[in-house]
Amino acid sequence: MSPSDSWGRFPRVEQRTRSLVWRSDALPKVDGPVLPHGLGRSYGDSCLNAGGTLLLTPGLDRLIDFDAATGVVRCEAGVSLDTLLRLCVPRGWFLPVTPGTKFVTVGGAIANDVHGKNHHRAGTFGRHVRRFELLRSDGSRRMCAPDENPDWFGATIGGLGLTGLITWAEVQLAPIRNPFVMQETVPFDNLDGFLRVSAESEADHDFTMSWVDCLARGKKLGRGLFYRGNFAPSQFERLPLAKSHLSHGTGLAVPMDLPGFCLNRLSVSAFNFLYYHRQRGRPSRQLVHYDPFFYPLDSVYGWNRIYGSRGFLQFQCVVPHATARDALKELLERSARGGLPSFLSVLKTFGDLPSPGWMSFPRPGFTLALDFANRGEKTWRLVEELDRVTREAGGAVYPAKDARMSPESFAAYFPQRDRFAAYIDPAFSSSFWRRVNPVSLPMPSLEGRGDSAVPPASLLALR
Amino acid sequence: MKKVIILGATSAIAQATVRLLAARGASLYLVGRNAENLEAVARDAATRGAPKVEFRALDLNDCDAHASLVERAWQALGGLDGAVLAHGVLGDQDASQRSWAAAEVVLRTNFLSAASLLTELANRFEAQKAGTLVVISSVAGDRGRQSNYVYGASKGALTVFLQGLRNRLAKSGVAVVTVKPGFVDTPMTAHVPKNKLFATPEQVAKGLLRAADGRKNEVYVPGFWALIMLIIRSIPEPVFKRMKL
Repeated sequence: MSPSDSWGRFPRVEQRTRSLVWRSDALPKVDGPVLPHGLGRSYGDSCLNAGGTLLLTPGLDRLIDFDAATGVVRCEAGVSLDTLLRLCVPRGWFLPVTPGTKFVTVGGAIANDVHGKNHHRAGTFGRHVRRFELLRSDGSRRMCAPDENPDWFGATIGGLGLTGLITWAEVQLAPIRNPFVMQETVPFDNLDGFLRVSAESEADHDFTMSWVDCLARGKKLGRGLFYRGNFAPSQFERLPLAKSHLSHGTGLAVPMDLPGFCLNRLSVSAFNFLYYHRQRGRPSRQLVHYDPFFYPLDSVYGWNRIYGSRGFLQFQCVVPHATARDALKELLERSARGGLPSFLSVLKTFGDLPSPGWMSFPRPGFTLALDFANRGEKTWRLVEELDRVTREAGGAVYPAKDARMSPESFAAYFPQRDRFAAYIDPAFSSSFWRRVNPVSLPMPSLEGRGDSAVPPASLLALR
Repeated sequence: MKKVIILGATSAIAQATVRLLAARGASLYLVGRNAENLEAVARDAATRGAPKVEFRALDLNDCDAHASLVERAWQALGGLDGAVLAHGVLGDQDASQRSWAAAEVVLRTNFLSAASLLTELANRFEAQKAGTLVVISSVAGDRGRQSNYVYGASKGALTVFLQGLRNRLAKSGVAVVTVKPGFVDTPMTAHVPKNKLFATPEQVAKGLLRAADGRKNEVYVPGFWALIMLIIRSIPEPVFKRMKL
């Protein structure tokens, strides 16, 4: 992937890149705003910087310390979760929270305050960050921890990389006895079925998530498969922990952009129908390696290319318990009605464990993730409608997956926005930030820097 | 290679090699110019499984310091059975043409300092009748071209030096491995536009260790450079001198 794309490959922007190599180096001096960019797995424009410069962090990939007794790992911010898993799983530790791909950096996991299948038990990634160093464009370096510069800690977790560069971080891992997950799959007939299975699963399962058949309508609306699991109990301990990372690999690859006609209403319908009925309506249990359990899509390298060169739009929202049933119903109905329904739709409960991050996305309720092939205006309008439904339900949309939310929505979703804005590094900005703050709002420095500031024209050019 | 000195340890290829050696459980002695960066590489290696990692910040152009450097490394690791010479500068051909001072730096770093270190290491390895010397040369040393003949000459001289050393040490059981990478995507080439011919430092490190394990003589990494350089070496000089290379 060229770094001018995000994972959704929409939007596309013109920007420069600079690779970072050493954590002790000063930030490069460049014209225009900078933005740290790890492995580019954010879907929309929060990892893009039109007209500016991306500071590529994958070169900051050194481990600093790992204590196998306590499970505390310290590493540079460009280290990927994949690297951490290879290091820690053979020694009996696992990520405290992991998103659906292991190809994200630690810095990115903090900046987006990512969540995983255990949100109802463990909260977000930011809760497990013990401390990190924040390098600002004025050359200052701050140690940030819950009890040291707590305001910088709170602003930077979920801060979308705007408060400065995280050079290294220290994370508390979670102990495991073996690398296997006892997974149970429970079909549910509709949205009420999901709510029921979800409620009864959470007490006994660390990991839960559901796939939803986005094409089912009427009484079957919201039908799908509920996955729940725990790391396998100790009778499986004799299975070889030391070789546990061996299945990390990318067996399949999407070698090129698939032409648009491969994904159509028929193929998506067929996939959804077969996927649901594969389960034959019965619950089932199986022992699986953590890799396919947590990272099913990582086994297909470059899976985002199935959407072709026009890319796709992700949409992920959370709606509070009070309005969840009606809101989810409306979101699913609207997305099924739109031109091309979502291929992979995921539903999950968020618990009530608070994040230290001011701009953190997860909050109590239900979260729904959908993806739509980019068919231009029509798709954008659909996603904008979903954004509006979410706002009316008192929910929030996830910036890491967004390409369309309105400035009004952003302000409604993130009430601490103004407090956060004071902590943004004057040299840092992103396409996302400029889109959801179209007025000169928290970027006083841009005026101050005269010619080097981003010309307003580029803001308009950004669709 | 279980006790290895790495010279130029903060270079991208060296760092990738250090990681592979650390994962194999080798003890390492790292040498580079910047102490802070060296420490970052050393901690990374230790965290990835190297049982012992020491480092020393030193400008390798100071050839007078080489004997004591090797002695220290020898003491620190309780002997050495491997050395990876990865330090070098690309230089700027234009600057090197205009000023001898610029050219001299390239020749000193890439050839003279390497030859001095190799003399020290070779004598010790010859005496113990064991060891592997792995040296990063370059495809640029295979034929002089107007676009980088100063760098090419420094690497070409190194390649010839290694041929002689290999010939001398063959009877002592010491392997001398010349590694010739092509284009590699590293900070050394950050200013150069990248194309399909560029390899990653990780690919080169893998090729380097494969060659060391197999006690190879001269290897190109990636392998296709052997063919490219065969063609380039085969062009008759009367034709070659008129080409834009």
